[in-house]
Parts: sequence; C-alpha cells; structure tokens
Amino acid sequence: MSGTVLDLLLIALPVAFAMFVVLNFGGILGWVERKQSAIMQDRIGANRASIFGIRILGLLHPVADAIKLLTKEAFMPARADRLMFTLAPFVSVFFALAAFASIPFGDTLRIAGREIQLQAVTLNVGVLYVLAMLSLGVYGLMMAGWSSANNYALLGAQRAAALMISAEIAIGASIMGVVMVYGSLNMQDIARAQGMPLLPQYFGPWIPAWGILTQPLAFLLFLTAGIAATKRIPFDTPEGESEIIGYFVEYSGMEFGMFMMSDFLETVVIAGMTTALFLGGWQVPYLAPSGFAFPWGLEVPLPHLLVTALQVGAFLTKVSVLIWLLMLVRWTLPRFRYDQAMRLGWLGLFPLSILNIVLTGLVLLLLGRTSP
Amino acid sequence: MTSPYQATNTPADPRHSSRLGFFQRFYLVEVLQGLKLTGIRFFANMWRHTLHTVFRVKSAHGAVTIQYPDERRPYAARLRSLHRLVRREDGSPRCVACMMCETVCPAHCIYIVATEHPNPEIEKVPERFDIDLGKCVFCGYCVEACPEDAIRMDTGILEFSSYSRGGMIYTKETLLALEPAGPNGAPTSPVPIPADRSMPRNRSMPS
Repeated sequence: MSGTVLDLLLIALPVAFAMFVVLNFGGILGWVERKQSAIMQDRIGANRASIFGIRILGLLHPVADAIKLLTKEAFMPARADRLMFTLAPFVSVFFALAAFASIPFGDTLRIAGREIQLQAVTLNVGVLYVLAMLSLGVYGLMMAGWSSANNYALLGAQRAAALMISAEIAIGASIMGVVMVYGSLNMQDIARAQGMPLLPQYFGPWIPAWGILTQPLAFLLFLTAGIAATKRIPFDTPEGESEIIGYFVEYSGMEFGMFMMSDFLETVVIAGMTTALFLGGWQVPYLAPSGFAFPWGLEVPLPHLLVTALQVGAFLTKVSVLIWLLMLVRWTLPRFRYDQAMRLGWLGLFPLSILNIVLTGLVLLLLGRTSP
Repeated sequence: MTSPYQATNTPADPRHSSRLGFFQRFYLVEVLQGLKLTGIRFFANMWRHTLHTVFRVKSAHGAVTIQYPDERRPYAARLRSLHRLVRREDGSPRCVACMMCETVCPAHCIYIVATEHPNPEIEKVPERFDIDLGKCVFCGYCVEACPEDAIRMDTGILEFSSYSRGGMIYTKETLLALEPAGPNGAPTSPVPIPADRSMPRNRSMPS
C-alpha cells in the first residue's frame, strides 16, 4: 500500500519539479526582460515596487503585475464568441506548459530502490511531442483572433498561423540532423548520447559530442526558427505593437496576462529544447554517473545524489544562459516585416535545413557509422 | 526626373549605402555584430552595477538615469524658477509698489494694489501682490525691471501645480515666505501648496 503511494509520489516528483521550474521561469522572465533591457540600454529598469520600503532589485514587480492583472476587469467585446474567447488563453498557456514535459533535466535518479527518469514524461517520440505541442499552441492564438470580432485580432492570428507554419517546418527539418546523428527521437537518449566523446579515433576522449559541435548549422537554424516560434521580436509580426496590436487586442486582465505568459513559457521551452538537443542537456563535461572522470586520468568519485544535483544544476544554468541570449536577441534586433519573415522561413531556413540533412547523411556515410 | 526630396548621389561611406554587401546579405554576420555591441554593453554596465552595489564603489554608475524625486540634477545658477519677494530686515516686503514689473510683464500675470507704508521714508508698499503662475511665461522681465531688487526668480522650485486655475495664483504672503535655492540649485523652501489642495497626496513634497 505504502509502496504504491511512494510510487505515485516518485512519478509526481519530476512532473512537479518541471512545472515548478517552468512556471517560475515564466513568471520571472518579465522581470528579467525589463532589467536586462535596461542594463543593455544604460537604464535602471523596474525598481519602484516596494513592500515596507524593501525593493530587492525590483523583484516585486512581477508580484505587483500579477495582483494588478488579477484585479482588473476581464472585458469581453459584445459580439465576441463567448466560449472560444474565454478558452483561447487557457489553450495557449496549456500547450506552452505541456511542451516542456518531455525535456529531460537530469539522468536517471536512483532512490529507495527505484529508478526515476528526471523528465516529466518519458516518451520515445519526445522530440515530435514538443513540436506537436508548440504547433498546437497556435490554436489558442487563432481562437483568440477569430472570436474577438476584431479585424486587427484576426490579422494578428492569421500572421501568427503563417509564421508558426514557416517556423515549425524549419524547426522540424533542422532537428532531423540531430536525430540522424544520435539515432533516437527520445530526448533523454539524445541528451545521454551527448556525453559520449566526439570522434574518439581522432580527438580521443577530450571533446564531448554536444549537438552544437556535431550539428552547428542545425543549431543556428533551430535557434532562429525557435525565436520565430516564440513570436517575439524580431519575429513578432503577429503582435506588431506599433501596427496591429495582434491577436490579443481585445483581451484585458489576467486573460491578456496569460497570452504574455505563454510567450515567456515558449521562450523557456525553446531554451530547454536547444539545451537538450544542442548543448548536451544535463551533461556536465567529464561527469560520469559515478563521478568526475577527467581525460587526463584524474577520477573524483561523487555520491549519486550530488551527481544528479550537478546535472540538474547544469541544465538550469544552460537554460538560463540561453534565455539570456534570446533576450539579448530580442532587445537588439528590429522586427522583420511580414514578407521578410516569410521569405526567411521558406527560402532561407527551410532549404538550409534540407541541405543540413543531406550533409549530415553524407558525413555519417563517410564516417561509416550511425552514432558519433 | 529626380525628386528634390530624394538623395541623388550615393554616400561615400559604403555602410550608409542602401545596397547590401556580400556578408550583409546573409544577415547572420550583421546580427552577430549587433549582438556583440549590445552584449558588450550589457556586461560593461553589469560590471559597473556590481562595483556600485556589491563592492560599494560609489563612483561607478551602470546607468545614466537620475532617479528624479529622490535625486535631482543640479540646476543652472541662472535658472528662472518660481518667483519670491525679497524681505527687508523687519520682514516687510522690499517692494515699493512702483508697478514696473506689472507694466513690463508680457503675460499680464502680475497684479499689484499699493498702499501707504507706515514708515514715512518709504513711499509705498503693496497691499496685494499676486502672480498668476498659470499665465507666467518665466521671461524674467519683472526681475530685470525691478528698481529695488525686490522680486527674484531664484527659488529653484519648478514643481508647483494645482487642480484649478485659481490655485495657480500665488499671493504676497506665499511669495514672501520663499527662500533662495541652495548652492546646486536645489530649493531650500518647500513647494507652496495652493489653496485648493490643502493636503499633499501620499508623499511629502521633495525638499
């Protein structure tokens, strides 16, 4: 009896941790965005919200924002489709949250005689699952745009759908190279395979086979298409603050906040996916399950729990650095025009991804093996 | 046919040309250069912020922001701010109600009613001296015109406001109570509160 409860708890643990991480990242990204852009632009950024004079670097602003959004009136246009209008933000946030489920944040954890995969859902088709969830997320935007009874919202939704299709194609095609190199669609397997040494017959045990080294072109393509999938600048044509406001033009209060939140969540998902596929996932260089094993012969045995903690920490660090990079891109580049974004997606990213697949196949054929 | 509003010659600097070069066409190199610029900016400012906050190096500033109600930038010495009426030794106004300022004022915002001064050596004294700051254009002609150096615009106060037009009329008593600004232009007397706003809202006025 108690064994069943423990089993359930151990299954719930990774799910709860993934939710905790993603939701907290999503909540804090609003603050990160404001502060990072301020530092990049010689400003100070949000620092005024205070409780009893304590400001802690403006970290109370997300709290204040949440309170404000929750207490605001959720307005609905008279001619809006009530059901779809209410459902749209939930659909948007749900798929953004669900997409993170198959991203691994650690190796197998052995505790109390059981093995837990540190991954909310262990799926053999994890890569496809994330792609599917990201694509389904656009349904929320289309529902919002359609049900708002507003031409600008409809325009924004149409742009979002078009952008999402051109981005998803490039994402899917660029991931194919990674799948070919590591020979699996399971993200945990891909992350594990990136701990192997890269081409040991040439480089010895020195260089880990991270995706960014085996698939540099795919990394660039995936990151670009991933930024497009988050619908943030430079690909924020669905929103286009200065022209059409976008699919959420009729939303207010927390319903609007959920659309904003889903953009941040998608940023976290793209960062997590890039980490898992290209930056070695939870791998720490030279850290084997039993401890550090450096290529010059030094071995430092570590307890299992510490190794797992190091791996989870490495994953979170990599995700944070990638989020920083995505924010840097967002606050550096101007917005692509709608046709430019389409042209980049269909005539730039997509053919290059196909080229990458062909090149990867050729290289794998020349090396005469199917794994690094 | 060329429009007069169009640039007819190509600029000498190729970076300002509208034709893209080979590497610019790929866009990626340009993006990386932009990211380098903003990234360096980020880390330089982050380093200064760290110096300032963690290592207490107060001369290091990561931002150019002046946090206005808490900090003020120094005002110029000759800045024309809210007027004040200069007092004699006994506290009575130095003004002799000669009407020079009222006459010269281009905005007609000064209103003076003269009366006898108890001291026979002094000709007159204003019974009323009202300035409608809603009309004042801060030209400083009144200060120039005054033969007695009785009106000055050196209080450093700029943040006066009111909910009604009547509240913008400052009377003799208010103007007499004001003090000149401090050495860096910061006001030394509190901002006068207009009659229609008896209590300042929420916070005390910056001093």
